[in-house]
Amino acid sequence: MKARVFITLKNGVLDPQGKAIHHALEGLGFAGINDVRAGKLIELDLAEGTSDGDIEDMCRKLLANTVIENFRIERLEDA
Amino acid sequence: MNTAVIVFPGSNCDRDLAVALEQVTGRKPHRVWHRDTKLPDGIDFIGVPGGFSYGDYLRSGAMAARSPIMRAVTDAAGRGVPVIGICNGFQVLTEAGLLPGALMRNARLSFVCREVPLRVENSQSLFTSQYEAGEKIAFPVAHHDGNYQADEATLDRLEGEGRVAFRYLDEVNGSARNIAGILNDSGNVLGLMPHPERVIEPAHGGTDGRRLFEGLLETVNA
Repeated sequence: MKARVFITLKNGVLDPQGKAIHHALEGLGFAGINDVRAGKLIELDLAEGTSDGDIEDMCRKLLANTVIENFRIERLEDA
Repeated sequence: MNTAVIVFPGSNCDRDLAVALEQVTGRKPHRVWHRDTKLPDGIDFIGVPGGFSYGDYLRSGAMAARSPIMRAVTDAAGRGVPVIGICNGFQVLTEAGLLPGALMRNARLSFVCREVPLRVENSQSLFTSQYEAGEKIAFPVAHHDGNYQADEATLDRLEGEGRVAFRYLDEVNGSARNIAGILNDSGNVLGLMPHPERVIEPAHGGTDGRRLFEGLLETVNA
């Protein structure tokens, strides 16, 4: 079973990396970009039966710093 | 004073901190490896040094904060043993939940490496008793992720309880309210981005950091 964890900065938390990407895109001539926020994607390959609660625990204990970050879990159907 | 310096893979200020502690206390600190599960008996002070533990993987300090030795450090801090986290050590202590808030990428993205003026905001703590309240001192900084952030309620609490130990006099890295170093609620854990262990003797270009360790020694021996 696979799951993806998306980690994003909370609203209102300054994202200097996103700002730099934004400026670089504009430097390349891309117009109409209102904002850029950068985050992380972590892919987990898990034993069958791993519960949502287990994955949330992983997020809270390590994968995300909930002082500044939000996380979202997406379970992937087995291909 | 019997001291310990924690060493993680990627720590690079552990030797500087050990030298500073030895000069001030006259005793060689124990160097404790991240995989150890116990601190040596009778430790009076623990230093979590600067560096790039675990290559800053995931977030600065995140992996180190979950390493086996940090359980022993957390237990010791709970018993009142003084703990200092400098630079990466500050990041480790926030990630371990021993201090509130988080240290993010510097607001202007650049690595900051220079001496910065600081104000001692609290001269009553274990770590700052040798300074005058409001005294202006200078420590070097060298970091990429020193931008201290916490929610407004936490910042107000830190200010109200005298837990802001040091403040930058100029804007350095985007830190909320120019906070450079904070104390935990019991006052025995200090985290700061600037490096007191790098200004111990005149050959370093300054000695402002020495009094931090001397003050600690005096308190521990008292």
